[in-house]
Amino acid sequence: MRIVWFIVEKEFRQIFRNRMMLPFIFLMPIFLLVVLVNAATLDLRRIDVALVDNDLSQTSLRLTGKFEASDIFYIPRAYTSLEDAFDRLQEGSVDMVLNIPAGFERKILREEGAQVQILIDAINALSAGLINYHSQAVVADMNRELLTGVTPESAGAGAPAIEVSHRQWYNPEMDYRIFMYPGILVILVTIVGMFLTAVNIVREKEAGTIEQLNVTPVRKYHFIMGKLIPFWIIGMFEIAFGLLFGALLYNVPVEGSLFLVFLSGAVFLFLVLGLGLFLSIISTRQQQVMFLTWFFMLVFILMSGIFTPVESMPGWAQQVNVINPFAYLIRVFRMIMLKGAELAEVQGDLISMAIFAFIVLTSATLLYRKTAAG
Amino acid sequence: MKRFAGFVIKEFLHIFRDYRTMVILFGIPVAQILIFGFVITNEIRDVDLAVLDMSRDEETRGITERVEASGYFTIQKRLESPGEIEAVLRSGTARAVIVFGQRFAERLPGEDKAQIQIVADASDPNTATLVTNYLNAIFTSYEMELVKPSPVPHLIETQERMVYNPNMEGVYMFVPGTMAMILMLICAMMTSITIAREKETGTMETLLVSPLRPFQIIAGKITPYIVLSFINAITILLLSYFVFGLPVHGSLVLLLAQCLLYTVMALSLGILISTVSNNQVTAMMISMFTLMIPTILLSGFIYPVENMPPLLQWLSYIMPPRYFIEIIKNIMIKGTGILFVWQQTLVIAAMTVVFVGASVLNFKVRLE
Repeated sequence: MRIVWFIVEKEFRQIFRNRMMLPFIFLMPIFLLVVLVNAATLDLRRIDVALVDNDLSQTSLRLTGKFEASDIFYIPRAYTSLEDAFDRLQEGSVDMVLNIPAGFERKILREEGAQVQILIDAINALSAGLINYHSQAVVADMNRELLTGVTPESAGAGAPAIEVSHRQWYNPEMDYRIFMYPGILVILVTIVGMFLTAVNIVREKEAGTIEQLNVTPVRKYHFIMGKLIPFWIIGMFEIAFGLLFGALLYNVPVEGSLFLVFLSGAVFLFLVLGLGLFLSIISTRQQQVMFLTWFFMLVFILMSGIFTPVESMPGWAQQVNVINPFAYLIRVFRMIMLKGAELAEVQGDLISMAIFAFIVLTSATLLYRKTAAG
Repeated sequence: MKRFAGFVIKEFLHIFRDYRTMVILFGIPVAQILIFGFVITNEIRDVDLAVLDMSRDEETRGITERVEASGYFTIQKRLESPGEIEAVLRSGTARAVIVFGQRFAERLPGEDKAQIQIVADASDPNTATLVTNYLNAIFTSYEMELVKPSPVPHLIETQERMVYNPNMEGVYMFVPGTMAMILMLICAMMTSITIAREKETGTMETLLVSPLRPFQIIAGKITPYIVLSFINAITILLLSYFVFGLPVHGSLVLLLAQCLLYTVMALSLGILISTVSNNQVTAMMISMFTLMIPTILLSGFIYPVENMPPLLQWLSYIMPPRYFIEIIKNIMIKGTGILFVWQQTLVIAAMTVVFVGASVLNFKVRLE
């Protein structure tokens, strides 16, 4: 065991000797975490509308007034021709065109059924769906008023009515930051740990210093453990700091047991650092291992459900997540931190990660050849 | 000039000799665009729901069927009592529970309204909002049909048109973003790491004592990678056209020119990173932290920039992919010409000049 600690000590010295790296290991992750967590929202704040009102009647003004009165639609200006308004959509300065054709009011009064046209920039299908939803809600509201001749406040009698109420569990204020924070924390900690371990052995291969380690009586598993432990310690520290800043700045909760959070973090780090070492052992040059690590990391991150819901992915992609360390940890972290899950609810995922970590570390140890040339 | 040509040839040989790295450089973008194009989507599709129906009448059954038929939702479980809500939400069996109040059909025409409650798992607020909105829309349309006396008298009808993306496909949003991210990272990482490698192994010294000027060294380093990256860019474009059905409504020449400009920008950024880092690991870390995570989060790749807090919107102005994504969407999907994207193009061009200039300056410092 003492041998392992010598290697750990050597690694720590090497880490702290490269002054340029230190801010990237310790400061950057926390800084990015704290700043970028604010970006991850799909919440529509404002919808800019180019209005074409060719009716200019009381009813059309009432409709546009209704759009403006909602706190999400902004109508910076009205256009006389649909072409002009469409140009604004084309250049991207508005999200939607609302076109009220001439004769709008007359048709309503004559009970012929009037039409308004809504053109939505749908490149982002999700936002387009939301914009459509919000405009339909405004129009439906207007319809209800026209039908019953009353404003919603005084409505009630006569018309069939469904009252829909909402409850938001686990995050009543709908704060997206507390949802994203654990995920982004995991990404950043992994970038640091996985890259440093992945590059570590290849670097020694390239520099030739690995020969010196190979001729010592250090055993293979000593070597692997010695390479892994320093980055594991750094990773655990970063998780701790990340959680601390999250609690202080954004009130990121830990509803469940803090011990369980660290336990899952610990198992996860063994797994991803093990993967890093594994890639390091099978590669011959730093550039290769960096690109490989980047590839796997990006695929794992984007498939894990951190940014987009897992259910929307095709079935095969959800199957692939069985070998995705991020998918396990994100699920476990969110369960424990936001929903207060207990060990019994997450132990399946923890055991899977542990088995996976064991396999990866064992194969790394077996593949590592002390006698290999170069 | 002859000297310079010789240098470029040397660089080419360097790259093509390392066959393993070549495979990685060409294989990675293809694999990534294929995976991400199919996988990354935030459409609401088959979201799991549970229903707690305390009335079990005609109307509640009708609404439940409507929800199921919408294609957005799958009803995973029918609950018997309110006590079960906690369990299904907590375990993630359902993203939301629809609760129908008692005597629903009976209350519907009357004065006391019929009650529906949506209990959403808001630990994921983004999905919770979407689910709630979609459900609301279904309920509203059901309600309107009840209100409407059969021959429609005087209602406003909306004709909505989803411009540019009539089928509301997620790939229109994500494929341009994926292109911007992959090209940016591949290019910047290639140059930053190879030059940092020369520093690390000491071969940089040889170049520095040669009569080549700093600018020539930088240009010579970039040239072979321009070729490589351009091939990558074309591969990605072909895949997005043939596999994901992304249109090219605008000019192909303009599109290729923009890809070329963007890759040159990313490569010069890579050079700049390499001039400030002392070895490959540092170069890698800088690329990861300043490029990868900010590109995913700040460029409008997944999260629209307009929704972000003002400070981050402002920060996103210095993210090159943001402009490239806009350009790509304009040319490919909207079919607009240079008139609509000249500002974005100028920004990327200016960034390229700044990156090259800064690299040349940094280079001189190292010579002293």
